[in-house]
Amino acid sequence: MKPVDLVLELPNDLRAIERAVEFLASRAREAGFDEGLLRLNFRVGVTEALANAMLYGNRGDEKKHVRVDASVTAERVRVRVRDEGGGFDPDHLEDPTLPVNRARVGGRGIFLITKLMDQVEFNEAGNAITMVLNAPAREAP
Amino acid sequence: MSFDVKKQDDVTVIDVEGQLIVGNRQELKQKVLEELEGGARKFLIDFADTGYIDSSGLGVLVSLSKKIREQGGELRLANLNDDLRTLFELTKLDTLFHIANSRDEALTSF
Repeated sequence: MKPVDLVLELPNDLRAIERAVEFLASRAREAGFDEGLLRLNFRVGVTEALANAMLYGNRGDEKKHVRVDASVTAERVRVRVRDEGGGFDPDHLEDPTLPVNRARVGGRGIFLITKLMDQVEFNEAGNAITMVLNAPAREAP
Repeated sequence: MSFDVKKQDDVTVIDVEGQLIVGNRQELKQKVLEELEGGARKFLIDFADTGYIDSSGLGVLVSLSKKIREQGGELRLANLNDDLRTLFELTKLDTLFHIANSRDEALTSF
């Protein structure tokens, strides 16, 4: 099945996140993607990526934007979120589940993305994240 | 999305209707802190009508838990659906909060 490709250019405004996520989820739903994965994994993963892009990538700068490129089919959804910031190093993040970190207020965003998405990649500059979610394999009849 | 605050005896009950995410978490924090400053010490946050929570939402719950405890108060969470429980378990925050299966169970646990 041919993927449905979507592009969003979002203002750097946290209030835009929920509507953008629901728009993308609804398109994936229309394409036939698994509802359970959309309800939790997709919505939380994409929300986290957008929030990180706006808060940390673009440093809350209202003049900046976040670009979303998504490709959806019934079998797979792929979302790339890119900010206009200088990037970061995703290899030196602390594990928020360690007892010493559990009471911290922040530090769970990327952890959740990696747990909820099947594949996660950052570009070399560290200002774009690509997430892939695969539908459960169907059992043979 | 809205936060509905009610009193049930000496417990401040907050119903989270919609999502608890980065765009609205400050509103929940503000409402709880106002009640805390007003002398409330027992808090129940009910997630029966909550779709999902992101890490910012989890973070604000951690922050509120600490502030409530510092004032000698207690916090309970109730009615987490399977998706929300998954998030708490993934992040091991289920070990940090008192999570009840129902509102009544939470109210009687104070």
